[in-house]
Amino acid sequence: MDLSQFGWQVRHYVRRAGLAFAVAVMVSPAVLFFLWMLSLAFKTEVDNAAYPPVFIPDRLTFANFESVFKASPFFQYFINTVIVSGGATALALLLGVPAGYGISRANAKGLAVGVLIARITPGLSYLIPLFILFQFVGLTGTLWPLVIIHLVITLPIVVWVMIGFFDTLPAQLEEAAIMDGCSEWQAFRYIALPLSRPGIVVSAILSVIFSWNNFIFGVVLAGRETRTLPVAVYNVLSFDQLSWGPLAAAGLLVTLPVLILTVFVQRDIVAGMTAGGVKN
Amino acid sequence: MSGSPAGRALDATPAMHETHHRRYLRFAWPALAVSLAVILFPWLFTLFMSVQDWKVGQDHAFTGLENYLLLARDQRFREAILHTLWFTLLAVLLPVVFGTAAAVIFHQRFPLRGFFRGIFMMPMMATPVAIAVVWTMMFNPQIGVLNYLLSLVGIAPQMWVFHQDTVIPSLVLVEVWQWTPLVMLIVLGGLSALPTEPYESAIIDGAGWWQMFRHITYPLVLPFIIVAAIVRGIDALKAFDTIFVISQGGPGTASETINMYLYLQAFAFYKVGFASAVVVVFFVLILALTLVLLWMRERTKWT
Repeated sequence: MDLSQFGWQVRHYVRRAGLAFAVAVMVSPAVLFFLWMLSLAFKTEVDNAAYPPVFIPDRLTFANFESVFKASPFFQYFINTVIVSGGATALALLLGVPAGYGISRANAKGLAVGVLIARITPGLSYLIPLFILFQFVGLTGTLWPLVIIHLVITLPIVVWVMIGFFDTLPAQLEEAAIMDGCSEWQAFRYIALPLSRPGIVVSAILSVIFSWNNFIFGVVLAGRETRTLPVAVYNVLSFDQLSWGPLAAAGLLVTLPVLILTVFVQRDIVAGMTAGGVKN
Repeated sequence: MSGSPAGRALDATPAMHETHHRRYLRFAWPALAVSLAVILFPWLFTLFMSVQDWKVGQDHAFTGLENYLLLARDQRFREAILHTLWFTLLAVLLPVVFGTAAAVIFHQRFPLRGFFRGIFMMPMMATPVAIAVVWTMMFNPQIGVLNYLLSLVGIAPQMWVFHQDTVIPSLVLVEVWQWTPLVMLIVLGGLSALPTEPYESAIIDGAGWWQMFRHITYPLVLPFIIVAAIVRGIDALKAFDTIFVISQGGPGTASETINMYLYLQAFAFYKVGFASAVVVVFFVLILALTLVLLWMRERTKWT
């Protein structure tokens, strides 16, 4: 009796240890990579160029970050990125939340497929015609082309997540309101919209992150003044192949807000990403 | 008598529901208008440009299918298609295998699971350009950390992205690191929707965990794995940022994918007419692959 109890316990602990080991193996590529990125950003140029690589440096430095801010108007690029991803997300919410509501309540499968087509189209294919158009209209040199083209990223995300959200939101309350004489718009504005806050938060987070991360639109459309952060990082690379510290520091500055957001709101991201992935 | 109002109400309900339903589409009109402007206009304009001889800053002239014929004869484009397909095959298979394994582990209960899941997801959410510059440094053959790690386990130093034979597998390594989490999330979504009864009866019948995975979990989760493969396939075909930053399609043209070739034609050579033809062919390729995978998904439903 005691012996079998003991055997069961041993098996239990072996199982726990196996699971812990598996989890450690799974997260280690991400953990090691980002630790290495941190270490490159905070080490001196001498340590970064050493072989074998320096894993535990004698001293840390902020010089890499200083040189990033000295070499380029990094703060300006930060503001640009905030305006572009914030503007494109705000516009996408304004258009996409009602659209998601309408498509969900009308059960319009065809329009939902339209959203998917936007998802599978390569970004470059929007760029050529819009590049010509923006040149023709004379918008180059402003942030407007970037805000407009980022809608290609943000609008499908918002519409898609909101369709999934409103599909799970029962329509009875709105129907009752319409019975009582509300218009569809009022039913949406005063009943469905206040209830849809969680969906809006998820779609806004995903939309901001993917717009923030976008590189391809910026590299083609942005001028010196209108660069976004990913383009700025790329420029550090192409000018300064060999100074690794500033390069890693620039990369870290760009992606740190996203990484922090990811760990804090991972539950919401999971909800949004699986709604986007699983439902097609 | 008493039945007729009820009968009419029953008749009226579906019809009322119809109009009721369709009226909701008005909510989508503004978004539809903007989508037409930002998505449909580029499409029509691309088709128009693809039958023109058009370089930026010059006059353009209708040339019919000339661009497409040029493309069909272009050896470099054919190689780009092969590079893309090879890259895509690896960048779908490996993340699907690792991501499914990770999903099975994350489906277990353990402390701090949400936190670890957040860490695991970081590569997928991180800014691609930022991680690409770090990978570029890690791939450095002389002082990169990857060759040092290989030397610890006695493997000879590699050229990574600086040799034509290893460049695509190296880029796939980045892609696997970055996108395995997305596969994990999709498959995890499938796992959490699984019924518990088959497992209970399997345990009663004395099944081992491998038998349970093979005969219960795997078939039930397969549709989700295929969705993950579709999403992964589309994204891998379109991969741009990491390739552009890390290898620029090189060495030579060894890692030039369709997307890189397209970028070069449009924004380095400014041959927008020719590049538009590339876009059309590229889109047809993506669509075809998506349909094939969707067809596979339908088949798994039937068997």
